[in-house]
Amino acid sequence: MTKALDSKKLGLFIACGIALCVLPFVVGGALGNSWVRIVDFALLYVMLALGLNIVVGFAGLLDLGFIAFYAVGAYTYALLGSPHFGIHWPFYVTIPLGALFAAFFGILLGTPVLRLKGDYLAIVTLGFGEIVRIFMNNLNAPVNITNGPQGINLIDPIHVAGVDLGTPINLFGLSLPPVYLYYYLFLALTVLVVIMASRLQHSRIGRAWVALREDQVAASAMGINIRNIKLLAFALGALSGGVAGGLFSAFQGFVSPESFSLLESIMILAMIVLGGMGNIAGVILGAVVLTIAPEILRDVIGPLQMKTMGRMLIDPENARMLLFGMAMVVMMLVRPEGMLPSKRRKAEFKDAKDAAAQKG
Amino acid sequence: MDIFIQQILNGLVLGSIYALIALGYTMVYGIMGLINFAHGEVVMFGAMVCITVVSTLTHSGVNLPGWAIVLIGTLVAIPACALLGFVIERVAYRPLRGAQRLAPLITAIGLSITLQQVAILIWGRNYIPFPDLLNSDTVSIMGASITKLQVMIVVLCVVLMTGLLVIVEKTKLGRAMRATSQNPSVAGLMGVNVNTIISATFMLGSALGAIAGVMVATNYSQAHYYMGFMIGLKAFTAAVLGGIGNLGGAVAGGILLGIIESLGAGYIGQLTGGFLGSNYQDIFAFMVLILVLIFRPSGLLGEKMADRA
Repeated sequence: MTKALDSKKLGLFIACGIALCVLPFVVGGALGNSWVRIVDFALLYVMLALGLNIVVGFAGLLDLGFIAFYAVGAYTYALLGSPHFGIHWPFYVTIPLGALFAAFFGILLGTPVLRLKGDYLAIVTLGFGEIVRIFMNNLNAPVNITNGPQGINLIDPIHVAGVDLGTPINLFGLSLPPVYLYYYLFLALTVLVVIMASRLQHSRIGRAWVALREDQVAASAMGINIRNIKLLAFALGALSGGVAGGLFSAFQGFVSPESFSLLESIMILAMIVLGGMGNIAGVILGAVVLTIAPEILRDVIGPLQMKTMGRMLIDPENARMLLFGMAMVVMMLVRPEGMLPSKRRKAEFKDAKDAAAQKG
Repeated sequence: MDIFIQQILNGLVLGSIYALIALGYTMVYGIMGLINFAHGEVVMFGAMVCITVVSTLTHSGVNLPGWAIVLIGTLVAIPACALLGFVIERVAYRPLRGAQRLAPLITAIGLSITLQQVAILIWGRNYIPFPDLLNSDTVSIMGASITKLQVMIVVLCVVLMTGLLVIVEKTKLGRAMRATSQNPSVAGLMGVNVNTIISATFMLGSALGAIAGVMVATNYSQAHYYMGFMIGLKAFTAAVLGGIGNLGGAVAGGILLGIIESLGAGYIGQLTGGFLGSNYQDIFAFMVLILVLIFRPSGLLGEKMADRA
């Protein structure tokens, strides 16, 4: 019985693997390379969302400044691999360095807010994210470090084993443009992050986070070191954010403070919440849906208006954000546990509902 | 020394506006224990509605003095924002009462985004200028100058805050509000209609927000769909600084934050040897927020509240 199930699981696993490997060719063939690019971004967001999920989903610490860690990773890569300072370190130095910096910032943020919970924590982390962004925007005078609002240009692409991912390569007579190459790199790292997250979830540390989320006092009484376990959550979450940031920098070839606004933090939080907080599959689903859906809307809203009303009533960008905001509200009202909730969360929501029903 | 007094005066003007908005946050927090993230957007709508009315009136060529036109604009903005506050509570918060803490926060953020986009739909993405109607003569106090408009803003803020205090402390509505904030279910048993009181609190806070929005728009002579975000965040900081849930605290926190901010912006260049300039002004609010929450999470005037946060 279990063996049959296992082989079924294995089959599914292999099928998924093959599907993911051929995905860029299918998408690129059917919709063009710009869509492969969007798929690449979806993978970046999966990494980010999984990182934030460690902090928010596992440990229950509401973080609205997560994008700051992404920014730290991205700027580390950009400053150490661009003509801006004339430094061109290889990616296997700069990306880990960026991740470490991000983790350091995570601890820097985590230490003062150890005592805070809920809304307060959300606001302080939001403030932290804004502080990082303001510094990036203004650290161009008197010493030019971040080049201010103009951002940093001409960032080195990633070179893997002598292969430049920034230029197309020929493989068995097949020309692979950079978006395809980055896809495989991102995929590999995403798989790594997924493995890290799922191993963490069921480990001693993961269970400590759940205990912390449920009841801090009880967790502390059971011998969990609240301070260390919270800082670990911040650091590990930030680490994935930093890695994603470095990749973003290399992929995009350009970073500016604009990419790290509060809205991005909210977007990543929304991916987790709408997908299903604390559940890795749910978070992945949320990240993919929220990256792809707006792009589809972008392509659909404009032509649809032209067809039905003959003119543009609402500018597509505007309509897209409007729908996004309303979707957040409606989703919370209708299905607060998300699209794919974890079993534990589902039970919690059911309990809360029953309690409310009894009370009312 | 002149700069010092000038910055104190600027801070006082800015601070009294923060205080007015902070009252909206603190009232809602006191009663429901949640941060009304969309309050900044209410402030923005107040400014926008007022500007629309004022521009329409000036363009239609009505022969009224400038202050009367602005007054009419404000009087339209107040009920509009009160209605908006009422709707926000009904749509985003009431269905989630008693739900997990994260849910209302997310709906509030969603609502905030929605309201900003609605504002773009109505008023566009550009800065909208406030018509030049009000007297911009300056008065000089101890070598520093302040416009008559700014004096008016401070005076009006004091009047409004006193009014609010009278409502909360002396009227039946105020007593019901205080009862609800202490214990909603017992207040309900005592014959207080909790839903009505919560709606009234939102409307009152939003009305103050509308006036604050008009003040911001007149003071800076412009309004923008995104203006509510930063000012809302700072006002929230002010509420936390003073001790959230405490009306006097919100006022004290607002004025203190305004002064810290303008002094900080005025002196940061000297203090850091020219390394950081006044474009770091926004950082002060966040720094203050983080420091307060670390060293005195209950705020300056707030009572101890270990489990509230």
